[in-house]
Amino acid sequence: MELMSFFRRSDCARAIARAIARRAPDRRVRIMEICGTHTMAVHRHGLRAFLPENVQLVSGPGCPVCVTDPVTIDHAIALAQYPGVHLVTFGDMFRVPGSQMSLEEARAAGARATVAASPLDALRVARAHTEEIVIFFAIGFETTAPAVAALALAARRERVRNLAILSALKRVPPVMAELADAPDLAIDAFLCPAHVSAVIGAQAYEFLARDHGRPCVIAGFEPLDILYGILMVLEQISVGRAEVVNEYDRVVRPGGNPVAQALIADVFVPAAAAWRGIGIVKQSGLFLATRYGDLDAERRLPLPRRPSHAPRGCICGAVLRGAADPEACPLFGRSCTPATPVGPCMVSAEGTCAAHLLDDEPEVALSACGGVR
Amino acid sequence: MCLGVPMRILARGERTATVEFGGVTQEVGLDFLPEARVGDFVIVHAGFALERLDLIRAAHTLELIGAAAARSVDSTARGEGGERWN
Repeated sequence: MELMSFFRRSDCARAIARAIARRAPDRRVRIMEICGTHTMAVHRHGLRAFLPENVQLVSGPGCPVCVTDPVTIDHAIALAQYPGVHLVTFGDMFRVPGSQMSLEEARAAGARATVAASPLDALRVARAHTEEIVIFFAIGFETTAPAVAALALAARRERVRNLAILSALKRVPPVMAELADAPDLAIDAFLCPAHVSAVIGAQAYEFLARDHGRPCVIAGFEPLDILYGILMVLEQISVGRAEVVNEYDRVVRPGGNPVAQALIADVFVPAAAAWRGIGIVKQSGLFLATRYGDLDAERRLPLPRRPSHAPRGCICGAVLRGAADPEACPLFGRSCTPATPVGPCMVSAEGTCAAHLLDDEPEVALSACGGVR
Repeated sequence: MCLGVPMRILARGERTATVEFGGVTQEVGLDFLPEARVGDFVIVHAGFALERLDLIRAAHTLELIGAAAARSVDSTARGEGGERWN
């Protein structure tokens, strides 16, 4: 689509970078983005080179696979190893190292596990293997939650009895509030996730502006979306405003997608959930409602959780929280690489550590311009 | 996961649609966009159409970005305020 290519024009990007430099205050400004795709876009296009030194783009916990806590990952792997169980989940989760091994390694050793591109794939596996209990390990934010809700409804509708859902789904606004209130992180504003916002709407961030005093700009994924979004943040900061602004209004509506929200409200209930590196965040998890209890893997297979630990030396937790850059990790680029990942941030296609590796050779999608500095 | 490429609806049934991007087609669920029409561009995620892409708003966004870019080139302009969204 030719129209979208305009969102990558380098001359425009340089001009917006000039506007950013003019609009930036003298002090340091820290803007947190909470979207793995934003993280990847920033590094793929080398966008940090377009920002003055004192405007810092901080990556937050925007990668659903990365923020899944080690105990839950070990639990999913243990379930996959249980006789008669067939685990289905998204591809990224297969390579995340658990305490003993990754799901991929468990599968190589005989556990039944299948990659899904859509939650509905789990239904196909369940119909094809009626002798197994098929568990869909649901990882994702509000972008993915509606699709998992649709899976639950489809299983009901088609009377598929051998399917269960292990939900590790999470909500983004509660963790944003948690991080906004963390004094050591010094977050001044947020660049809000694009497609989470398509579901929950711009209004979902109002409380962050109103109660936590943080400007929130919803931005698309293209280079100009992100740069212009940053300019919008700086314009608010320069006049002491804290509002929700929607740069991505070509997709995100003020109220979001009401049909998707209704499905989420029907199938899930929010409750406290553990985020890797951050701890328990109230109301931040989406778990199966009681009326869908027959589909809840926690009830169908109540295996006890085992204690878990993060790999030694791995600082994914601090990276996810926005407290450290990957470069501060002793393992980054040494023992932890995409081929030999130690932590999830290097495994995932949306992981901050994997994204930082793109800094060495950013794909120049912005036509032949380089940075401003 | 949150990749959401805009894909064009080539055909639709009651609950699903055939969408296309870069010559590749895919079936997606219309559970969240029951009113979607052939010819619409939709953001696809995890096998479902999530939202419609509004091309008129896209063009408007580009206008606003272009205006901000033009102001930055003008050395006398201070770029105060700027257009307000929504």
